[in-house]
Amino acid sequence: MRYLPLTEDDRRQMLAGIGVESIEDLFRDVPADALLAGPVELPLHADEMAVERAFRAFAAENISPAGVPSFLGGGAYRHHIPASVDHLIQRGEFLTAYTPYQPEIAQGTLQYLFEFQTQVALITGMEVANASLYDGATSCAEAMAMACRLTRRKRVLLSGGLHPHWRSTAETYARFLALDALPLPPSWAGDEHPEERLDADTACVIVQNPDVFGRVHDLAPLAAACQASGTLLVVAVAEVVSLGLITSPGEMGADIVCGEGQSLGNAPSFGGPTVGLMAARERFIRQMPGRLVGETVDEDGRRGFVLTLSTREQHIRREKATSNICTNSGLCALAFTIHLTMLGDAGFRRLAEVNHARACALADRLAAIPGIDVLNKTFFNEFTLRLPKPAEAAVEQMAARGVLGGIPLMRLLPAWTEARSLLLVAATEMNSDDDIEALAVALSEVVA
Amino acid sequence: MTGSMKTISGHRGLMLEEPLIFEQGSPEKTAVDLPAPPSPSGGDRLGPVRRERPIGLPGLSEPEVVRHYLRLSQQNYSIDSGLFPLGSCTMKHNPRLNEKLARLPGLGDLHPLQPASTVQGALRLMHTLAHWLTTLTGLPAVAMSPAAGAHGELVGLMTIRAALEDRGDPRRRVLVPESAHGTNPATAAACGYAVQSVPGDARGRVDLEKLRAALSPDVAAVMVTNPNTCGLFENDVRLIAEAAHEVGAFFYCDGANFNAIVGRVRPGDLGIDCMHLNLHKTFSTPHGGGGPGSGPVVLSAALAPFAPVAFVAEENGRFRLVEHGMHADGKPVGRVKGFHGQFGMFVRALAYMMSMGADGLRQASGDAVLNANYILAELQGTFSAPFAGPCMHEALFDDRFLKDTGVSTLDLAKALIDEGFHPMTVYFPLVVHGAMLVEPTETESKRTLDRFIATMKGLAERALAGDEAFFRESPRLSPRRRLDETRAARKPVLRWRPPAETAPEPMETAGEEVGRAAE
Amino acid sequence: MPVIRFTQEHEWIRVEDGLGTVGITDYAQQQLGDVVFVELPAVGMAVAKGDPAAVVESVKAASEVYAPVSGEVIAVNEGLADGPELVNAEPLDGGWFMKIRLSDESELAEMMDEEAYQAMLRSLG
Repeated sequence: MRYLPLTEDDRRQMLAGIGVESIEDLFRDVPADALLAGPVELPLHADEMAVERAFRAFAAENISPAGVPSFLGGGAYRHHIPASVDHLIQRGEFLTAYTPYQPEIAQGTLQYLFEFQTQVALITGMEVANASLYDGATSCAEAMAMACRLTRRKRVLLSGGLHPHWRSTAETYARFLALDALPLPPSWAGDEHPEERLDADTACVIVQNPDVFGRVHDLAPLAAACQASGTLLVVAVAEVVSLGLITSPGEMGADIVCGEGQSLGNAPSFGGPTVGLMAARERFIRQMPGRLVGETVDEDGRRGFVLTLSTREQHIRREKATSNICTNSGLCALAFTIHLTMLGDAGFRRLAEVNHARACALADRLAAIPGIDVLNKTFFNEFTLRLPKPAEAAVEQMAARGVLGGIPLMRLLPAWTEARSLLLVAATEMNSDDDIEALAVALSEVVA
Repeated sequence: MTGSMKTISGHRGLMLEEPLIFEQGSPEKTAVDLPAPPSPSGGDRLGPVRRERPIGLPGLSEPEVVRHYLRLSQQNYSIDSGLFPLGSCTMKHNPRLNEKLARLPGLGDLHPLQPASTVQGALRLMHTLAHWLTTLTGLPAVAMSPAAGAHGELVGLMTIRAALEDRGDPRRRVLVPESAHGTNPATAAACGYAVQSVPGDARGRVDLEKLRAALSPDVAAVMVTNPNTCGLFENDVRLIAEAAHEVGAFFYCDGANFNAIVGRVRPGDLGIDCMHLNLHKTFSTPHGGGGPGSGPVVLSAALAPFAPVAFVAEENGRFRLVEHGMHADGKPVGRVKGFHGQFGMFVRALAYMMSMGADGLRQASGDAVLNANYILAELQGTFSAPFAGPCMHEALFDDRFLKDTGVSTLDLAKALIDEGFHPMTVYFPLVVHGAMLVEPTETESKRTLDRFIATMKGLAERALAGDEAFFRESPRLSPRRRLDETRAARKPVLRWRPPAETAPEPMETAGEEVGRAAE
Repeated sequence: MPVIRFTQEHEWIRVEDGLGTVGITDYAQQQLGDVVFVELPAVGMAVAKGDPAAVVESVKAASEVYAPVSGEVIAVNEGLADGPELVNAEPLDGGWFMKIRLSDESELAEMMDEEAYQAMLRSLG
């Protein structure tokens, strides 16, 4: 067994040193009848080749988006990941390190997290950011709970444009935290007007930009209304690349930003693991969940980094902690920060421009198909179509033609009848002109 | 003293100093070439919110990026570097086969919202992993979506609360032993429960009588870590389960230490109703400097209907995802995460499990326990152990043997750094004074353990010989010496900020940078 | 003359004209180590004897500070926001936490005077 270094001889010597006969003797505290006599009913150990074969068989049953024209977004996006990113995150010193509890020998992790926090603060336009959370949806739920602690209020407005997974995650957390989460219905008419629903009990409003339908919003008026009622504005960002081309939430007046960072450095990986982002005003840091890295000096006066403000966290505060979170999403945050460092200011903004241009080209091409309406007036790299037939069937039929042609909104909003004919499509720098033509052809065929 | 030797550059041989990206990049530089986009016909579609101002991100060329992160990596200790005996963290070898398979086209690049017909292999993989986890734990169901151990804990308690409310019996309290990991009380609070601490006994186990006394029909759950945080098997585990069940409470087991018993003991056979599994501990997925984790939670038949969405359902050999409560047969607590779970970690964990097999997993837990007991036996004469053995996968010592030496547990840990070992977990569990929790795992050779034991004994002798100053100064040979955590916490600096206009230009080399920072 | 009293939890209170100034003792600050943050109550808050009223944090620990008497918080030490180290440097003086208008001065009778507190410390070893 290739992962186990002990030899039979080692085991004998060690057992003798301990003064027992067998390994089983070391399990004597286990109730005897609960101790299994032999291996459980599962396959026995396998060599590397056999395991690889099994996984290639799993993979072969799937359609890889890399091999076909693919236009799926909805909170997970396919972007180009430079080769250096995956090479660097697989360095053993990053991959196989633990949480940096011994800072003298974890400066690598601590420094990249400090750089990550700074990058996240910069792109969101906020004062500070934490060292990451699980994903966008849980980050959204944590932002909600944080806003309630900060305002000592319990009512939360969830925009109808917030990603349904994020919305329902926040609703689940709210139920158990005894918060009063009010989900606003999804709508095309632009009549949500959360600013008219604010009151002295409202802790926060959570809105997504661009929203789940792809629409881009100027949130400054909402921010002003929130400020007037002592309500915090939480802005959710599901496609972080949009921040290269859209005014940042901080500049629009957000108090807390929660986001999903998968688009930078991380493959969609069937939905996880990804990296949750959280940024906020500096005065809120003591109510922020998750790890924070801070700068300090060592005994020789050299600059170094440590985990700080740990008294917020579960291992010290126990039941009074800001959250039960122990981990962050370290390796995904590393991939994020390396990719963003490679892009730099110019590259990040260029990437956003390319995405927008591809989406514009796609929208123009699809709008020319009879029976197809592009519903968005504004979008970044994703928008909604109305089809003359149920979108779920159209997507299945396109898949049969070898095109992953978008997400039927019914899949995200099954209770919203208007969603039946709505299709969400995204274009990134990965989509060529040929891909766009392939989608246009497939869509024309299935709606004809 | 090697540690204080000054060089002109700030580098010291292979120990290379590296400034922040913000101190070496420039906004116009980039390591990613992208085509210039054509201007969209008819102008952009962004509305009135086009970003007008630069962001202020530094850009670097590819060689600079590679060097930056390589140098940072070299300032980290890792499992790949050497023994990492961090108790309760299970720092076992992370096979690279797992990494390779997680990146296969058709797995790593799958979009979570592809039609089910195009991801049958991915769903079958999740279903297969679920089968392994339920078989190994002896519980009938598993919720796969929790993103980490603490998240699994939260989801487990949510299902318990939902089940109790469903039977019209909401309860208020959760009992947690005082030796528990801090997440347990934090999770219970996050789930809306009051937390009551239960003391341990002189054997390092839950005090059964005090637990019984604390149980009442108001208790929703008892949360016990087994093997516990002292590295011991709770030999009264079945009595705890019976006592909990008698008052109608559920028995939650923190499965952080499942690696000690995997393949040998099924928690379902012990009366456990609910337990999370840390795939990054027991099943070798990488810790990654602190995540991402993955924390599936196994559930009894009574709790299974309340498992969160999304989950995989099988019908006649075809698989589908149940993503909404309205499509589920049971009464899911709702959604707890985006999409369907940490799929990339599922791939890695299943690759490990298939590599090890039922026989290998059994050998792994056996070797883990053997290695820990070997350390306990070899060090017991020199170090003081608070509880009698045998231990399970980790050996616990306290600081009684350091009494009157002036040397603390922390000092000893820092001295280990200079010896080329990662320190053990220190000051946890809290119930033992000056705790040192040593978890070698099964992936360490006897030769490595012998060197560690010899080093530990040598350090203990030095402490007992009165060489307090030596320890106070440790570590000397690491990339940084002890860091001023008080300063970091009193005036938090959580991000880089551009130097004020009047400040001098950033200097060229790392050495000068560091010199400047030290002023 | 002000009256100084101590609690089992190592708070002190100095009372003059029905107004009590509250802090933690020198022993408490030594046990905590370097204080990095103090969370103070809102001015105007009503507290009952034994209620958690403030939190004092070191790098590795957070400890509740309990109201030693019942009453209303009428002032807090704003200087601790930027200078938590005052709790270490001057625990009985510049490092005070809050001032409470006592609602029941008889509560003081149950508390230790300096001599009794010192005796308790000696018994702790």
